[in-house]
Amino acid sequence: MSDIQYEAVIGLETHVQIKTRSKMFTSVAHKFAEPPNTLTDAVVWALPGVLPVLNYEAIRKTIELGLMLGCEIPEITKWDRKNYFYPDSPKNYQLSQYDQPLCLGGNVEIELAGANPSEMGEHRYVKLTRIHLEEDVGKLTHFTHDSLVDYNRAGTPLMEIVSEPDMHSSDEVFAYLTSLKNTISSAGISDCDMEKGQMRCDVNVSVRVKGAKEFGVKVEMKNINSTSNVRNCIDYEIRRQIDCLKKGIPIVQETRRYDAQLGVTQSMRSKEDAHDYRYFPDPDLMPVKISQELLDSIRAKLIELPFDRQRRYMNDYSLPYSAVSVMCPDLALCEYFEEGLKEYSKNPKMLANLIVNDLMRELSLAEDAEKSEDVFEESDNVIHVSTAEKLAKCKMTAKNLASLVRIVDGGSISKQMAKEVFVKMFTTGESADDIVEKSGMKQNSDSGELEKFCLEAMAGNQKAIDQYKAGNDKAINALIGPVMKASKGKANPAMVLEILKKLIG
Amino acid sequence: MSSEIFYKNISELSAMLNSGEISAVELAQVYIDRKNAVDGKVGAFISSNEDEFLASAKKSDERRAKGATLSELDGIPIGLKDLLAVRGQKLTCASKMLENYVSPYTGTAMQKLEDAGALFWGRLNMDEFAMGSSCENSALQKTRNPWDLERIPGGSSGGSAAAVSAGECPATLGSDTGGSIRQPASLCGVVGMKPTYGLVSRFGLAAFASSLDQIGPFARTVKDASLVLKHIAGYDKFDSTSVNVKIDDYPSMLSTESLKGKKAGLPKEYFASGMDSEVREIVEKAIKKVEELGAEIVEVSLPHTELAIPVYYIIATAEASSNLARYDGIRYTHRSAEAKDVLDVYFKSRAEGFGEEVKRRIILGSYVLSSGYYDAYYLRAQKVRTLIRNDFEKAFENVDFIVAPTSPTTAFKVGEKTGDPLSMYLSDIYTINVNLAGLPGISVPCGFASDGMPVGLQMIGKAFDESNLLSYAHAYESACEWSKRNPQL
Repeated sequence: MSDIQYEAVIGLETHVQIKTRSKMFTSVAHKFAEPPNTLTDAVVWALPGVLPVLNYEAIRKTIELGLMLGCEIPEITKWDRKNYFYPDSPKNYQLSQYDQPLCLGGNVEIELAGANPSEMGEHRYVKLTRIHLEEDVGKLTHFTHDSLVDYNRAGTPLMEIVSEPDMHSSDEVFAYLTSLKNTISSAGISDCDMEKGQMRCDVNVSVRVKGAKEFGVKVEMKNINSTSNVRNCIDYEIRRQIDCLKKGIPIVQETRRYDAQLGVTQSMRSKEDAHDYRYFPDPDLMPVKISQELLDSIRAKLIELPFDRQRRYMNDYSLPYSAVSVMCPDLALCEYFEEGLKEYSKNPKMLANLIVNDLMRELSLAEDAEKSEDVFEESDNVIHVSTAEKLAKCKMTAKNLASLVRIVDGGSISKQMAKEVFVKMFTTGESADDIVEKSGMKQNSDSGELEKFCLEAMAGNQKAIDQYKAGNDKAINALIGPVMKASKGKANPAMVLEILKKLIG
Repeated sequence: MSSEIFYKNISELSAMLNSGEISAVELAQVYIDRKNAVDGKVGAFISSNEDEFLASAKKSDERRAKGATLSELDGIPIGLKDLLAVRGQKLTCASKMLENYVSPYTGTAMQKLEDAGALFWGRLNMDEFAMGSSCENSALQKTRNPWDLERIPGGSSGGSAAAVSAGECPATLGSDTGGSIRQPASLCGVVGMKPTYGLVSRFGLAAFASSLDQIGPFARTVKDASLVLKHIAGYDKFDSTSVNVKIDDYPSMLSTESLKGKKAGLPKEYFASGMDSEVREIVEKAIKKVEELGAEIVEVSLPHTELAIPVYYIIATAEASSNLARYDGIRYTHRSAEAKDVLDVYFKSRAEGFGEEVKRRIILGSYVLSSGYYDAYYLRAQKVRTLIRNDFEKAFENVDFIVAPTSPTTAFKVGEKTGDPLSMYLSDIYTINVNLAGLPGISVPCGFASDGMPVGLQMIGKAFDESNLLSYAHAYESACEWSKRNPQL
């Protein structure tokens, strides 16, 4: 009995708020953390007589994602009303897409974790069912006796990305969400900040005996709002369902809520209580025809998918996985890198390493410093700052950084010195050349002077010379030290080595 | 000043204003006095604001004094059905649900009227949420037919029709979902026009059935109706279903010769059965007149006519069940004092706020959309709707317009049909399929029954062919005296 192997089958419905100037069906702006009910108008409040007007920017951005993920974009798309009563929905129906969504099919490439952080894990594709567009609802806050509703979020353009039941572990789901987030945020479609509710998931989990063809009974977990909660919720639910199967307790088709504090899922409502949404085509909005011209214009501006970029950087520039895994999820970093390459393309690896190690470190230190200055400001809504925003403020341009690589490659300064120069460049915004020039850090490559230092060093250590001659290559290092000291650290180590070898014969 | 200025049409009033014979303030006072004199009997108004009305009239006079008159409608009072949004005015939909609701914005058609200098005069009674054919479903007010106070004015825009008929407004706006402008116009002996779906923006019209609703004018003459229509029509980016077509200067295109050489279709199904014999006789006489005026009468067939009422009551109620969901007791509507939790707020507020007919239609509409029934009802109804539209398209291959009765009977007695919703529904039999097909229709007075009640002739046009349709109606109207009769109050 106990050696039966079980397998989980997982599908996701991922809601992503789209970054547009206005709401889905009216001109009011949508933003995070504004005073309650200030981002509203007659349409948001669903006053008598108001009508929805489509936000074509949201349509374009949804199609953009669809094309990036290889979806089919049907020629006609339409809008349906999903009817249900709840105070977060001012019309008591949600405008959504029922049977003619904007995007059909497609898939999301995912990357599983490698054996260690510097090793790339397995890649595979997760199939999508569809992507459709709808409007977000308001936000309820419950108190002991009352509930308050804030309609600022109501009407925010929301895309729903529906996957096939094509994942089998929380690791795959994590990889799926990470990939979606990187793709969507790189394209500027959404920041996908789960803390701000810009990305939320409903998770469907079922369990079956491994190898079985039939699916198990499906349980849905709604509105999970962080990746770690998604992971914990799925792990718990898989354990719970396997436990049920082992004990012969039937699994009920139901909706469960994840309690993050207790780390358990709890039953919300069973299938019998499921809503009948009474979907029907919205008579206030005409179906939309997606023209070939529109598709062509969107396709012409598609960005490279993060994993395509990762492959290209590894193949074309021989970048290590440790560098691309940091850089590629973030388009802003990649653009910075490529901007640098335009200035100096001979050592992409060093440029990439400077970006993912030194630049990332300095950017986050600068952000911390800025935050601590704001300590007396209202800190309820600390806004996560994107790399793009940080780079926009950064004084060091990509071209400057690339010129630092060039100077190091040219032998003017050592790699060790480059670290110091880097920090100065970052804080002052001055060019690498200026800093090196001013601070006198330039490496000494004057062969006459270096030869003098070398001869002095050799005169003081005959033993090292003898050992080197006897075949101990490392013995020569004992001579380099004094040369460096004599040159006050500025001697070009490569030249010193060369000169010493020549002199010793 | 003549004692019966209130029975003058807009063209006459406009001339009086232009010549200085009367000021807008004086004219406003005429209608205030008239309302105060007769509305106790007629009951067309749900509410009115005399101070605002006079203040807007004063502004109109100031514009005229400066030679800055905005249009032919400047200084002309226009009443509004109480489901049209004007900033700062009540908008009740004749429902307890919205009894105290004031609109914070102005809808497009009303804004256009305001921009043309028209003066808003009163909020007019209707069946609750425009559901009904007699005004008896109003939760706030009883309206009577000015021709016989024992009778209903028709509906749902009964207040808008009665106000024009009784001389309380020279023109009004109503809305027509299944005949709600044309039927009361016919029963009250005035002109009422439902434009092509998409001609007038619905932004600011509290929705009953979105795919059928249209705002349209009531007036004393076809020319007046065409003038008001010209000002409210036109594409609106706030209404995705509004259509971008060129709006003609309708009044200047009216011709008394327009029927000459035209083909008028007579739908054979309309005269089959169910029509009051006297109404039939009067309508047939009117059609003869149309023929005398130069039109050739051709029989046409609209084979799916008998399906129009069931189809309508599926589509309209389905849309209504969803459109009226927003009236929930949470934000701006009536909220039950008894409510203890959120479900209570919904159940009790809606139980108290909605009248019987509204509840009946919400339940019907929810039923036809529910899973398992959707295909059998809503989806099939949509398919039949297409067939009904095709019937008209086919008919219009051979004719320029269609002539028909507006209503199978004259105005019935108050309370006569309230116990029998189905027979009430049947009074819209000649108007409903025009909404289902999205076509323009107009009702013009065409005679009086022996009991003195008015009868209307309906003319149905091709989509967006308002210029011609109005012109045909004008030619007929000009050849008759019916429009010149007024009720004695």
